[in-house]
Amino acid sequence: MKKLEKVKSLYGPVATVFNKKLTGSWRIFRPVFNDDECFNCLTCQLFCPTDAITFNKERNPCLEFNLDYCKGCGICMNVCPRNSIKLIKEGGDD
Amino acid sequence: MIRKMLDGNGAAVEALKLAKVKVISAYPITPQSPIAEKLSNLVVTNKLAAKYVRVESEHSALSCAIGAQLTGVRAATATSSVGLALMHEMLGVASGCRIPLVMPLVNRALVSPWSLWCDHQDSMSERDSGWLQFYAESVQEILDLLILAYKVAEHDEILLPVMVCFDGFFLSHSVQPIEVPEEDIVDQFLQPYRSKNLYLDPQDPMFINNLTPPDEFSEMRYQQMQAFKRALKVIPFILQKFITFFGRTYELVEDYRCEDADTVLVSLGSMSGTAKYVVDQLRKEGKKVGVIKIISFRPFPVEKIREFAKGKKIIGVLDRSPGLGAQGGPVWLEVCAALADMNISIFSYIAGLGGRDITEITIKKIFEELLNKTVKNENKTLNSWIDTDKNALNIRRVKQNV
Repeated sequence: MKKLEKVKSLYGPVATVFNKKLTGSWRIFRPVFNDDECFNCLTCQLFCPTDAITFNKERNPCLEFNLDYCKGCGICMNVCPRNSIKLIKEGGDD
Repeated sequence: MIRKMLDGNGAAVEALKLAKVKVISAYPITPQSPIAEKLSNLVVTNKLAAKYVRVESEHSALSCAIGAQLTGVRAATATSSVGLALMHEMLGVASGCRIPLVMPLVNRALVSPWSLWCDHQDSMSERDSGWLQFYAESVQEILDLLILAYKVAEHDEILLPVMVCFDGFFLSHSVQPIEVPEEDIVDQFLQPYRSKNLYLDPQDPMFINNLTPPDEFSEMRYQQMQAFKRALKVIPFILQKFITFFGRTYELVEDYRCEDADTVLVSLGSMSGTAKYVVDQLRKEGKKVGVIKIISFRPFPVEKIREFAKGKKIIGVLDRSPGLGAQGGPVWLEVCAALADMNISIFSYIAGLGGRDITEITIKKIFEELLNKTVKNENKTLNSWIDTDKNALNIRRVKQNV
């Protein structure tokens, strides 16, 4: 016999189904890194509000953005003393 | 059963203790302060296994109680006057999310003028907040109505918060002998608390109080309205059960010597006792008078009041709040709407504001007026501020300096 599902109506404002959406989906501008200018001060990593910047000296480029979570806020660009981070529009310029 | 000498605040604390509240977040305000003090004392002396959360305002007090109750325990808070006004926003959250909180409310006038003393404007301002409102006449009623309130609030068919209102100082600070029920009897009557609707549980997550667009808002208000309607039907059964457990009888609205009365006064709260006393005296003089005492103002027991009002010619309604800008006091408005088609003259009286005593003289004066009001065409919509000084517009006369 098929087991009957237990169903109940909840009263009041409540949600029980959650859709996970990564914060990266909010992004309008994407950060782009220029390796030549960078002198590894890591100020960008310190200021990133979503902790989306990882640094690895052995890697090329040494700086990487986790684009799943980067919201494109541009704080890294603003704090960079060597202007080695630029923002470009997602989906290219129209 | 134990007989104790308690004041209203003490009785309220006794009831919360018997309901085994687990989280308390009460912010002290005159005349409710002894409730907050006594509860904290019970917690610190381990007489009540609860967490007492110190909060910085009444807004936080109720927020905290709401959150705590959602985790699946009874939470408690209590307030008065402007404290209730500061809770205004959260009152709606509690009722909208259908959280069966029970809160003692010590009635005190609202500002301005600043007053520490009793009238009903604070609770009347929240009469559409989605909370049930019970009004107590005596200290015994405070305890009983609070225990009853838990049963009503937590009932499957109701799930609404309840405030039990009692008059500041007249009840909160008046010591009366009362019967306090045994713990195990209250336990049997109330049963341990369990969240029946919304709850906070990491194993079964819910996002509570989310933004609700117009396509569901009306439906949720409708659910609340239906719950009030069901409450009117369910509470009498709970009251029957109450009698078997505690031996005391209550009704949503009670009549006192109304059966053969022509003239009736509708009362609310502690003034009812005085009104009954005056009725007894006037009965001795052969006057056919009676009292309708409203215990449950929300939900408003329309059918029962119509039953009591049947055949009466003149009804006076004594409000302890001014109903500013309205045609009369809030209780009067409700009574008028309830009895609209019954061809009864209904008069609004306003008395006892800001702590003024409603004495037997005041009530006698109202009855005398009502008994003389055989002429029907008198202006019913004119408020009668029965105990206000004739010189009201000329108090605090000053010499102007400019």
